[in-house]
Amino acid sequence: MYPTVKGSSIIDALRNAQVRTVVALPDIVTCAGLLWPLHESADFSLIPVCKEDEGVSICAGLAYCEHRAVLLIQHTGFLDSINSIRAIAVEYQLPIVMLVGLQGMETDGRDPSESDHVGIRSLKPICDAMDLNIDVLDDGRSVNALPGKIGHAYEHSRPIVFLIPQPPSAE
Amino acid sequence: MIMLRRDEALKVLADHYEEGIVVAVYQSAFDWMKIRPHPLNYLSTGAMGQAASHALGLALGAPDEKVVVLDGDGSLLMNLGCLFTIGHVAPKNLIHFVSHNRIYEVNGEFPVMGLKTIQFEELARIAGYRQTHAFTDIVEFKSMIGSILESDGPVFVNLHLEAGEPYPRDYATLHGAQTRSAFRNALHARLSGGLSFAGHPDQDSVPVSN
Repeated sequence: MYPTVKGSSIIDALRNAQVRTVVALPDIVTCAGLLWPLHESADFSLIPVCKEDEGVSICAGLAYCEHRAVLLIQHTGFLDSINSIRAIAVEYQLPIVMLVGLQGMETDGRDPSESDHVGIRSLKPICDAMDLNIDVLDDGRSVNALPGKIGHAYEHSRPIVFLIPQPPSAE
Repeated sequence: MIMLRRDEALKVLADHYEEGIVVAVYQSAFDWMKIRPHPLNYLSTGAMGQAASHALGLALGAPDEKVVVLDGDGSLLMNLGCLFTIGHVAPKNLIHFVSHNRIYEVNGEFPVMGLKTIQFEELARIAGYRQTHAFTDIVEFKSMIGSILESDGPVFVNLHLEAGEPYPRDYATLHGAQTRSAFRNALHARLSGGLSFAGHPDQDSVPVSN
């Protein structure tokens, strides 16, 4: 089993990383524990989008202005946005930070790369093929490391993907 | 009847908008690079349809700067949802032009489907843009451009036009790392009141294609 990650801990980590804007499309994995609390927080501007690749581009524009943002989406939207991610995040070397909920991920504690779902287990090979950094937010330690990794992405102008395998608790 | 050529329309725009940020795509970008060469031209949008979304990010990140988008009809059709995102966020500093020439001009001039019925300006109005306009005539466009640029956005301007003079398709500059680096430096200088920033790490990377 995965340990439960607190949504509030992820939000604190985003705050500590000086993230001010969240660009998002609702995802069943992260909606209750992250999206709704972020929507209600005065510390973040929330930009809802109609499609995930819009969010890649919005984050790019914000990054040019040195304004830190994250893109909160579902893995299906990540897959749908591969061309934008390939060009804008990877080839243009922009700090697009993606928080990706894994809809349908098994709860037995296995790594996403071992999922029965092709869409989930394909994520790491796809990111590896693009030299796109990928990490998993699955315990308190990984959440604690989040501000440093987001800071590194912005300081070195590189994209990074954080997979969220299980719903963060709404506390 | 269409009495508007893109190069003429862009020259009119350039006369009224000499210094600001412009996000441009495809043939509009190629024309604009020659008509108004400027480091604040944001040309690397990466994927077709994304211009207005890049512009929204810039408009929100630099709220005191005007951001002009030179979109295409085929491009906008690939990302119609952006109209509703922009309408919802409603940045006052964003002006969205569409070159409505009814063809995929740089991709073999194949017709864009459905454009006998689609009215982009009506979609933009429904989506929440504060102002929408449509022009088929250079004289009318010239008479309105000043007030359009001074208006609170988001403003949508549908330009029903013909191609005009064919400016060279300089993809190397469009996707070049130097173009992005120049934009970054110019934007930082502008936002910081004239101070110049160091170069970006992608300066030496190779150009990419869509």
